Amino acid sequence: MTTITDQKHIMLRVEKKQVDGPAFATLFFNYALPFKPGQFIMVWIPGIDEKPYTISYHSKNEFAITIEAKGIFSQKAITLEKGDLIGIRGPFGNGFDIKPEDAVAVVAGGCGMAPLATLVEQLPENTCFIHGARSREFILFPDRFDMDRLFCTDDGSFGRKGFVTELLENEIASGRHFDRVYTCGPEIMMYHVFNLCEKHHIPCQVSLERYMRCGFGVCGACVCGKQVVCKDGPVFDSSALRGIKDFNTKALLKSGKEVDLAQYFSWRCK
Amino acid sequence: MTIQFLGKTLKNPMVLASGVLGNSNDILKRVHESGCGLVTMKSIGPEPRDGHKNPTVIDLGHGMINAVGLPSPGYLNMENEWEDLEKREFPLIASIYGGSVKEYRMVAEFVSSKKPDFIEINISCPNSEKHGMIFGINPQSSHDVVSAVKKVINVPLIVKLTPQAPDIGDIARACEDAGADAICAINTVGPGMVIDIESKMPVLAFKKGGLSGPMIKPVAVRCVFDIYKAVKIPIIGLGGITTGEDAIEMIMAGASLVGMGSAVRYRGIDVFQTVADEIDTWLSDHHYTLEDIIGAAHKEDAS
Repeated sequence: MTTITDQKHIMLRVEKKQVDGPAFATLFFNYALPFKPGQFIMVWIPGIDEKPYTISYHSKNEFAITIEAKGIFSQKAITLEKGDLIGIRGPFGNGFDIKPEDAVAVVAGGCGMAPLATLVEQLPENTCFIHGARSREFILFPDRFDMDRLFCTDDGSFGRKGFVTELLENEIASGRHFDRVYTCGPEIMMYHVFNLCEKHHIPCQVSLERYMRCGFGVCGACVCGKQVVCKDGPVFDSSALRGIKDFNTKALLKSGKEVDLAQYFSWRCK
Repeated sequence: MTIQFLGKTLKNPMVLASGVLGNSNDILKRVHESGCGLVTMKSIGPEPRDGHKNPTVIDLGHGMINAVGLPSPGYLNMENEWEDLEKREFPLIASIYGGSVKEYRMVAEFVSSKKPDFIEINISCPNSEKHGMIFGINPQSSHDVVSAVKKVINVPLIVKLTPQAPDIGDIARACEDAGADAICAINTVGPGMVIDIESKMPVLAFKKGGLSGPMIKPVAVRCVFDIYKAVKIPIIGLGGITTGEDAIEMIMAGASLVGMGSAVRYRGIDVFQTVADEIDTWLSDHHYTLEDIIGAAHKEDAS
């Protein structure tokens, strides 16, 4: 089979493993995946589980996923080595809306760098690129891109001490014009980025995360308000975000029970 | 094309099948607004239940296989959802399941007090260790659970049947005798299995799963045909319906309303309006009304 269909799993073997500091690992696969930045695939480790992952590297004949060890699945995934077998379905979802002529900012937080990486590679050099994390070891791909980047960490161990929203606000205050801001990271961070953009009337694109099952908009596990995250998203623009009352407030557990976001994330990271 | 169904007015004969996008009031409202006459909540169980690990839903191209495993917050843990739903402006089926007659009755009584337009009891789910299926393959146990539930609810009762019953007409008749107001058929076919030959493992975490989508339509049409012969109560026909012509076929087998689930995968959330329009077009091209063709395929039978 030469092209992926979004049907049964395509079984692939890990071609190469790249360790990205103490927190992350990236697994490369030799496979021509038709893909647009912002989309995701479902990754199956036979006998373990299946989870959505973004594509962190993409070229004609190769792609990669980047893993941060958090829960049972990712702790297993990060131990995979060259030759190990996984299955993928997808890609699924809508992806970012890219207009090459626009002046844009990219705001990445923690492992939210992974889905933005292939986007950044398609953006012009004068893009405003802001990247934050808890601390130095959670800055993913610090040396990867040919683009100036403003770093910040919560503890000041890398770049400036503080939040990405402060850096974005400074750029806006300095008179820099943005046609669009792309962001991915912790939901509370994205919410603050979105609100900042709203204040300054800048269109924003946010990549949301919810517990997923089918990946193609049928089972309903990932609904967020009236949006189906796997199918309508995972990227939502400002007009959609204004209508999602669950944005930064609620999410569904695996049982379908609606809970506060804090409870949801403490479950997801178990 | 307004439809009367068990005393309620529906804007068209399209039904959202249980287990598809039924997770919240917001999404049910969206499905209604995008053209679905009657929407069904995801099945509600007696206890909180996570369902199975992934993979749970796989698209096989000609249909799907799933073993989601009846995830439910449990009927006592849905206060926000009930509050939202009480303010709804669309007709709603609340689907429920249980592991015993007592559990069905307990969940049904509570859910009835939340005033859905209809209650559907799922006596046919193949995807959990014990829930439902055992009732739906035996006329006596089907009768027992239907009559128990019927006594404690004050909205019309729909019974969802499995195609695995040796004689689905017998089951439907037992349900009708026990007081069911309508039959919904069919639930997924199977269970089936898909094995990945590279890992030598069943793909679904639960190993077995129910089949849905276009590949099961002939089974669904046959079941609805058999049920129509066996009972007088109306039938919600579903299983593999994706187009207006599929729906017409199901109606001719005996369905008054037509459900869809997997079709959302193939034609999007708007599929309900699309298929309702396709039904209308077919009917007007052939100078029929919907009533004219319900059970029309039984003509030969009757002669």
